[in-house]
Amino acid sequence: MGETVAELRGIAAGYGERVVLHEIDFALHRGQVVAIMGGSGSGKTTLLRLLTGQIAPRQGTGRVLGMSLSQMSQRDRYRLRRRLGMLFQFGALFTDLNVFENVAFPLREHTQLPEAMIRDLVWLKLEAVGLRGAAELFPAELSGGMARRVALARAVALDPELILYDEPFAGLDPISLATIGTLIRRLNDALGAASVVVTHDVAESLAIVDYVYFVSRGRIVAQGTPDAIRAAQDPFVRQFVHGEIDGPAPFHYPAPPLIRQLREAQP
Amino acid sequence: MISALARLGQFTISAVTRLGLAARFLVAILVQSGMTFRRVPLLVRDLFFTGFLSLVIIAVSGAFVGLVLGLQGYDTLQRFGSETALGGVVALSLLRELGPVVAALLFASRAGSAMAAEIGLMKATEQLESMDVMAINPIARVIAPKFWAGVIAMPLLAALFSAVGILGGWFIGVVVIGVDHGTFWSQMQNAVDFETDVLNGVIKSAVFGVIVTWIALFQGWGCLPTAEGVSRAITKTVVFAALAVLAADFILTALMFMGR
Repeated sequence: MGETVAELRGIAAGYGERVVLHEIDFALHRGQVVAIMGGSGSGKTTLLRLLTGQIAPRQGTGRVLGMSLSQMSQRDRYRLRRRLGMLFQFGALFTDLNVFENVAFPLREHTQLPEAMIRDLVWLKLEAVGLRGAAELFPAELSGGMARRVALARAVALDPELILYDEPFAGLDPISLATIGTLIRRLNDALGAASVVVTHDVAESLAIVDYVYFVSRGRIVAQGTPDAIRAAQDPFVRQFVHGEIDGPAPFHYPAPPLIRQLREAQP
Repeated sequence: MISALARLGQFTISAVTRLGLAARFLVAILVQSGMTFRRVPLLVRDLFFTGFLSLVIIAVSGAFVGLVLGLQGYDTLQRFGSETALGGVVALSLLRELGPVVAALLFASRAGSAMAAEIGLMKATEQLESMDVMAINPIARVIAPKFWAGVIAMPLLAALFSAVGILGGWFIGVVVIGVDHGTFWSQMQNAVDFETDVLNGVIKSAVFGVIVTWIALFQGWGCLPTAEGVSRAITKTVVFAALAVLAADFILTALMFMGR
């Protein structure tokens, strides 16, 4: 296994009064693609925001790319973020810039490279995601899958050591889904980076990742290799992997008994 | 009774909190303004969107206000037999009050609302957050250039408003009604003092520029990232900016022209 890229130990984190994550232990090594799975509102995205330094841990210790996550200054945060790339759920492309300029954006902002070099780098990144021909288009003219691929090219523009994906598969057609999946794996291996994929898309992610963490109600409830996850007996994991309606994650949002509400409704 | 009191308290606390947040936001803009002046193209881009694109509405409104001033001014002055003073009346009303104030109100509805909408939509589509995660401070890269563009554009637009307005007044007074051409301009020259009238007008419009852009950017920056949130930010921008400009105009006028 490669060197440790990120490590969280006994982490608790949240927003304001609300604690979203409890006792999180997590490790990521160079070369690995790791999936964080769980239902909506389970705390997956919060875990991602922890890794980018957007929220600070309440308890426990965390290190990402050798930097401690506790008591980061703004300067530290930006130093860390310059070494990582993040793909947002819907791409978050800059709508006033065309595809080419979107990918060039981090290069222009963070490097003093001559224009010719920036051009070459952008063409290479766009070639890697297969969208060199779309360089002149604006984000509004792209399909969901294409926007995601442009955002991916932008995320890896500075050859990051850690790539984070927030729901990269959400709302894509099967072809785009497979394309993004393949790209995640291929870019990770080509850059020698490490990747974290936050997703609830079971089939697609189990096919490409090395290791899976299952998050439910802010805790890691199961983890293992894709094969181990498929064979897992844990009721929550089984419900999630096989898409069963009811189980440990209940179908009903907590409510008083139906019969009582029906009676109350009578005048 | 108690609940009304509690609501009043709650409202006051939230209003004071918002004011504090807005003040902190303004400080952050000022601290992060270095990039705006190191990278002039960023500033020029926003000057184009806030300033240049407001030119037409400002010029047309200025012309109409000047035409009305010419008509009303002449009508009032001739009752006292002093219609020759028309040039002075038109110029002073425009330079001191109507130029800065009406231009600021138009600027708030034309450029301020557009700014709030753009920032709000950038927030709703995670563009600001993604910039932040790319280690690029969105306040320095997006907000500060817009702020300075507004502060620079506002006095220029107010000056244009006054200039076009004076031409409108001249057209009605001299061309249509027949006030003497030379008297019109020499009266104006006598009546208008550069420091008291022109400079104070420029200061007013610069202050209005700060107020309008600050409110617009703060509303966009703090809006809920939904369609409803963005639309509410736009409405609040126009309403708050108009009220703030009128209130600030009263205070500035009192400070500048009282006791003269």
